[in-house]
This record gives sequence, C-alpha cells and structure tokens, in this order.
Amino acid sequence: MEHIVIIGNGISGITAARHIRKNSDKKITVVSAETDYFFSRTALMYVYMGHMKFEHTQPYENWFWKKNRIDLVKGYVRTVDHQNKKLVLQDGNTIDYDKLIIATGSKPNKFGWPGQDLPGVQGLYSKQDLDQLEANAPDNKTCKRAVIVGGGLIGIEMAEMLLSRKIPVTFLVREDSFWNGVLPDGESQMINEHILEHHIDLRLGMNLKEILADENGQARAIVIAETGEEIACDVVGLTAGVSPNINFLKESGIELGRGVKVNPYLETNIPDIYAIGDCAEQHEGIGQRRPIEAVWYTGRMMGETVAQTICGNKIEYKPGHWFNSAKFLDLEYQTYGWVFARGPARKEFEQHFHWRDSKEKICVTIAFNEESKQFLGINTFGIRMRHEIFDRWLTEKRDVNYVLEYLKDANFDPEFYAQYESKIVSKFNSKFGTSISPKKKSWKRIFATSKTC
Amino acid sequence: MKTIKNIGLVIFLIGLGIFAALPLLGTYKINPSTLDEIVTKKRIKSEIFIEGLQKSIVGKEFQGMQSLSPLVGSAIENANTQHVKNKEYKKKIYTSASEMAALIGKKSGTGFMTNNKGLMWFLTFGFGIIGALMFIVPNVVLLGKKGIKNDGIYHENSTNKGWIAWLVFIFLVGFYLILYFKSEYAVNWTYLVDPISESLSGNPAGHWFVYGFMYCTVMTVMAVRMYIKYRHNVYQMIRTTSVLFFQIVFAFLIPEIMVRLQMPYYDFKNVFPLDYDFFFQWNLNSLLDSGGIGLFILVWGIVLTLVIVPVMVYFFGKRWYCSWVCGCGGLAETLGDPYRQHSSKSLFSWKIERWLIHGVLVFAVVMTGMTLYSFFAETGTVLGLKTQSIQNTYSLAIGSVFAGVIGTGFYPIFGNRVWCRFGCPLAAYLGFVQRFKSRFRITTNGGQCISCGNCSTYCEQGIDVRAYAQKGENIVRSSCVGCGICSAVCPRGVLKLENGPEQGRINPTEVLLGNDVDLMELVNKK
Repeated sequence: MEHIVIIGNGISGITAARHIRKNSDKKITVVSAETDYFFSRTALMYVYMGHMKFEHTQPYENWFWKKNRIDLVKGYVRTVDHQNKKLVLQDGNTIDYDKLIIATGSKPNKFGWPGQDLPGVQGLYSKQDLDQLEANAPDNKTCKRAVIVGGGLIGIEMAEMLLSRKIPVTFLVREDSFWNGVLPDGESQMINEHILEHHIDLRLGMNLKEILADENGQARAIVIAETGEEIACDVVGLTAGVSPNINFLKESGIELGRGVKVNPYLETNIPDIYAIGDCAEQHEGIGQRRPIEAVWYTGRMMGETVAQTICGNKIEYKPGHWFNSAKFLDLEYQTYGWVFARGPARKEFEQHFHWRDSKEKICVTIAFNEESKQFLGINTFGIRMRHEIFDRWLTEKRDVNYVLEYLKDANFDPEFYAQYESKIVSKFNSKFGTSISPKKKSWKRIFATSKTC
Repeated sequence: MKTIKNIGLVIFLIGLGIFAALPLLGTYKINPSTLDEIVTKKRIKSEIFIEGLQKSIVGKEFQGMQSLSPLVGSAIENANTQHVKNKEYKKKIYTSASEMAALIGKKSGTGFMTNNKGLMWFLTFGFGIIGALMFIVPNVVLLGKKGIKNDGIYHENSTNKGWIAWLVFIFLVGFYLILYFKSEYAVNWTYLVDPISESLSGNPAGHWFVYGFMYCTVMTVMAVRMYIKYRHNVYQMIRTTSVLFFQIVFAFLIPEIMVRLQMPYYDFKNVFPLDYDFFFQWNLNSLLDSGGIGLFILVWGIVLTLVIVPVMVYFFGKRWYCSWVCGCGGLAETLGDPYRQHSSKSLFSWKIERWLIHGVLVFAVVMTGMTLYSFFAETGTVLGLKTQSIQNTYSLAIGSVFAGVIGTGFYPIFGNRVWCRFGCPLAAYLGFVQRFKSRFRITTNGGQCISCGNCSTYCEQGIDVRAYAQKGENIVRSSCVGCGICSAVCPRGVLKLENGPEQGRINPTEVLLGNDVDLMELVNKK
C-alpha cells in the first residue's frame, strides 16, 4: 500500500490527508512537532482571550484520526533523505515514504533587531507561542505594558488579545497608516481611528531599533529608531510578517527559494515530493497572486488540490477568484477580487469608489476598470457579503454599475440589520453621474446559477 | 463603575440570601377554623386525621415549616394506615403531605412575614432586582465598544464550571425540588407576591404564581444583560424583546387575568406536546365546562399543534417558537446565556440526544393516545396499563424532573438548553418539520470559514456548527433553535440565518468555493 507522509498538521496538511483518505485507501501518516492533533491556528487568540479552551480549536474529535486511519506521529523532522525516500526525526527514528507532502507552514519574521531573542520577546504563530504568551503576560501585573512591532493582521490580533487582559499596548507600525500596503487610504484611516478608540498607543511610521534587557537578561524596554524614545515594557510581540518554515530542508536537495519551490502541480524538483500551504513558493505567482500565499484559505485549497493529484487525478493548483477576510478588533473585513491600495500591483486603470458611513465604522471600497467599467474587486468593513455572488460576478466579468444595482443580493448581514446599499448607490450616482437604482434582493437571482449545477 | 458593580453584587446576594432562608423561617399559628375550612374544601372524611391534627397542631404555634410539615405528614400516614387496615377506603386521604402542609401553612402564617409583605418583597425581589441591575448596567461602559463580548468567559469561575457555578447549580436544583416536591416550604415565598397575585387574579398566590412571577423577573433582568451584551446585533435585540413579551403577556398576565374573568387558566402559546396535560381528562373537562372560551381554547390548542406550528416552521424554522416565543427557550436565552458554551459538541452526545428526545416524543404521544382512548371509552386502563399511572410517571419524570430540575438546574454545568435539546417533545416534533420541510437554514458563506470554532463553542444546542461551515455546507439540523449566536460570534461573517427557497437549501460540497472552478465541479458532481 502506498504510504503518503505529510509533514505538518496544519490546515494544508490535514486537508490533504482528509481528501486523500476520501479518495483512496492509501496509508497516511502526518508528522508534527507542534501538537498531537490538528487545531485551527487562527483561533489561538480566542484561547488567550478566554472565548474558548484550546480543545475547542480542534475541529475533529480525537477518535477521528484513528477511525479514518490517519496515523499521527509527534516528532520533529530533522532531514529528508529523498534518495532513500526516508525522513529522519530529531529522536533518530525514521519514516519511509512513497510520497511526501511538505506542509510545514511559517515562522515569524525577525529582522536582526538587537535583543530579538531575549526572554519576553516572542511572535504569535504556534501553540508554543500561545503558551509562551500565557507565561509572559498572564495579567497586567506581570506584564505592565506590551509593545507590538509590525502592523499586520497578527499584530492587531495580538494587540486585541493583550487588551482583553487589560494590558496596555504600544503598537509600532512601520507604515504611516495601518496596513496601507494592502488597504486603500480610506479604510486604513478608519482602522487607525478604531485602534485609537480601543486605547491602543498607536505609533505610525515607527520602527524598532533595539530591545533592551534588564539585569536578568529579560526584555525591559524597546527603543524606537526614528525618535530614540525608550518604551518600558515586559513583553515584545514581533509580528512583522511570517516566512516559510523550511530550515530543515536546506541540505535536502529540494529546491528552495524563500519557500519550497513548486510548479503549478505543487510538485517540487524531486519526484514524489510536494509542498503546499504557507511554505510553498510558486515559481511565478498565479494571476495577480504572490508566489507565497500565507493564508488559511490558500493552504486549504492547495491541500484539496494535491490530494487529487496524489490520488491519480493530476490537477493544477488553480485558485479561483481571490478572497480573504479578517477582523480588526470589532471590525469585520471581507474582500473579494482584487482591490489594490497602491502600485506596482495597482494598475493605472484601477479606479476606486469609496463609501463610508457617517456614523458607524462601516465602509466599502469597490475597484473597477476606469475605461471598461469592469468590476475588479470589493473590500467591505462592517458589512458581510455573500461569497458566491461575488465569485459569480467576477467570473461573469460584470461591470461596476451591475454590481451596485444588485448589491442587495450580495448582502450577508444578519436579519434586521440596517441596510446601507441605498446610501452606497446614491453616493456612487452623485460621484459618477449615473442613475442606478438598487434592485430588491431576489432569491431567484441568488440561486440562479447554483455552484453545483 | 467597578464599585457600583460590587455594591450591586452585595445587594443582590443579600436579597438572594433572605429569599433562600425564607423556607425555614416564619411563624405558623393554626386556628381551629383553618382546619375546618380545609376539611370542607378537601372533603376529608377521615376523623382519625382530623382528630390527630387537632391534637398535634391546632392552637399551637410553629417556628418554621420544618416543625409543622412532619406533623401533617405523620397525621396523614397514620390515618391512611388505619383506614386501609379497616378497609375504609373512602376515608383514605389522597392529598399529598406536601400539598396538605402547604394548604395549612398558607392559611396559618402569622407575624412579621405576613404583616410586612411589601417590605419583605422589597428585601428579596427588590434587592435582587436592584442589585442585579447595578451589577449589569455598568457594563454599558465597562464592556467598551460594541462588539462580541466573550472575553474571559473561560477564565471566570462562574462561567467555567468553577465553585460559583456549582453553587448556582445547587441553588437552582434546590429551588426546583421545593417547587415540584416540597411546595410547603414555598409558603413564605407566596406571601411575598400575594399583593401582586390579588391585584391580577383576585386570589392569594400559590407557589406556581411565585414561580411565574420570578420567571418574568429573572427574564426581564437578564434581558437587560442581553441588550447590553449584544447591542451591536439587532437580531438578538428583537429576539430578546420577543421572548420577553411572550413570557410576560402570554405566559403570565393573560392566564391570571383569565382566572379573574372566571375563565380557565390557559397559556395560549404553550403548545402540545410541550403542554403535555392539554388532553388530560381534568383539563378537557374543565375546558368543556367553560362554555365558549373553553371550546375556543380546545380548538385553538389542536389547530396550534396540527396547523399553525408546522406551517410557521416551514416558513421560519423552529426558531419562531423555540427562541422567539417559548418560555423555556426564553429563560434559556436570558438567564441561561452565560452558560451556553457548556453544551457538549461530541458525536456521542448527539447520539444520546437523538434517542432521548425522540423517546420523550414517543412517550408523550403514546401517553396522550391512552389518555384520549380512556376519555372517550370511559375506561381507566388501556391494554392493562393504568392511564393514570402512565400520566403520573410522565408528569414526574419528564414534566418535573427533566424539564425543571435538570432542564434549568443544570444550566451552569451542561449548558442552557438541556431540556430543549434532550427532552422537549415539541422541539422533537418541530425538528422533523425543520429538517425535512422548511425554508430555514443557516447559510455558510462559500469558503470563508477558518475553522476557529467560536460557532460550535457558543451553540447552546451542541451542534458542531463548524463541522458544516468548514465544509461549505449549510446547516439544516433539526435541533437548531435559530438563536443566531453562531452568526454573531463568527469573526469572518460566515454564517447567516435565513429563510429561502427549499431548492439549494442543502448543498453537500466536497471542495469548497474559492478553489479551481473545474475542480469543484468535477469533485462535487461525483
């Protein structure tokens, strides 16, 4: 029986394992050094915040793996010996494989800051990081202030976590507005305001110079590069992005770039070795995507795809239309299609329409082609949108007027919520001299082409 | 703000403490006339019992029900033993010792308690309400910006099955045990609400009135908590208002007012088979004896079960009843909200759930079948089984122990919907309709789920919502009561409760939206 070995029990590896099991009778082994069972990495924050217990982040009950004959091995892979098709673990044990899937995810970036390895300095990625934070910052007496370095999604999540325990937070953001490499200005500005409303000490346009240690070698303060200001703190969160977790493959002969280099079939340069998820790097980005996509959804989709290939149905990884979501403190964010904040990704023809509510922290940005009016993408804050509808509109290459006219079909907010489509459309009309009147939501249209028909 | 909260907590605990101590306090002085009254009213023919009581209690004063109740009990027991021995079955007393002691106690209370009903109400209910509100309302400020407020739920003793939770458990179970099985100890509580009862129905309060009044009070106070906690969520605000309205108006006020108007006591929204004694002989007789209104109630009750309920479930899902109208649901959604995360999500629990809830439904239906057969055939037995004893078993095991003691008492340990999930026969019935013929579903938003587990954790019905959401499948489970919390706590906007066309309601997928269109079609078509 063919033996499929998967390194990494995150969303990519586990999705691959599940789909291989659905489609075949192969022997499956998943190796992980992090945890015994698969858990949802995105939910770690909720454990610290007390919304959930760690066991709640595990989507499958513990009997699931045995029942589905997915063998779990707890261990750290030291090397991959592809000539003998063998893994060597830290403890010296070896595992033979017929096909190998590398799904080892990411690790937090460190940019050589002095003091970056001091006790009290940490990232937030793994279960171990969560345990570390619980030890470093159990309450606001042990941790009187925390400084977070890096204004991305993990940074703001970490800020939210610490706030939940009433720990004061200073937030160093390199950009002059939060996440404005990704978010257009209006949105980025709204998030800045929202961060300040939560009494986070937001420092825009500031970089870390160094982390200072106290007499015990524990982090005690950080120094800001731009101003030289020293900020006393007990915990430093390094959240300046992540990069592929592939150090153990350096000598393996598997072609590496920043990540494990793969072709569109997720195959590496070595036969029978595949890489998926955060650690995989496409030779060239697919469509407008980056070569490395460290996103939950893409990890899952690569898992679904590689499982087909391994089960004899060789398929290219062809992610559909881009989508993503996040939550910034209390603000939910969804995006469908491409809305680029600025160049070089943002082409000249990409025009934006931005609407923001006068009272609530709710806004929408729609990107479209200035000449052809083709709808390119949408960002929403505080309004939920229907994935299927936008996916369809993107496939059908609808123009922006159509999208606005039928925007109510796409609304996914809970029942009885205030509806903003009319306001959005009327601003659009007045800005572009159109006379669109929003159509009432229609179930008929929503189900017009169901995805399975 | 913190200080106000703490003072509120102290006031609340004082009120609660006095309330909890009342069953064992108070003075009872038994007048000869009281005994005569009860003898006439209950048509007691046992001279042994009457003489016994005259000797043991009449003319005497008792401190606390615990000194009076055993004497009443032994008088009944003594009399019944004698009568059975002498084969004087007509003299045997069928009133339970608890009920008899409660009757006697209610008429014999004297002293501070009975002379200061208003003051005592204030020291118990009043303190409870004021203290609780002082504890809850500062959250408007303390909770900060509107949004999901689940911080620290698993760090707090009270919401993470710590000793506070166990104390609440003991208190609630004790309260229900008194209510159902030792109502004589509730006599002092009835004095607290006598003035309210008299102003509504014209009668002094019984222990069920205490329960009804308390139910409304607790729901109202805890609804304030809901309004604050979920102030960003209009669905929760409206739903909370709805359950509160139906509890206060339909379950509490209307039945009391009907009694004042010489009509039968009836809760128009209590649907058979949850209202399991609707077809019991005594109820049918009472309805048939009540003229037009009785007949109306009879027809209404039947139409409600057979037509209105299923039709509404078809259009809106069972939520219209379970989390918008029902009293049990109403308490679960207000008092029970802090405990919703305790429902077990394991597959094992789901298996137990299906056996148990459908078992109760079968039990209710069989019992009602026997009841109706007995009623029309004018017989006491069906196939050798005594209808009366089947009814008694149901009333005790399901109506009292399951729905009350376990259903509510176990909130802090097993979550707030134990009864609704494992026991309610109406929920089982509505569940069939919801699962197989309804427009209601919780739509999963394409491929947006990140498997975080907030939805599953906070599902009070123990549905593993995530298991569906992460597969891109809509949730059409029969047990879903549509409380809407999964949708509220979802950080990525994945879940939406909605009523839509039946076609497309169930959408099994293998590969999720977002991946290669061809792959999705290929795999999902198989």
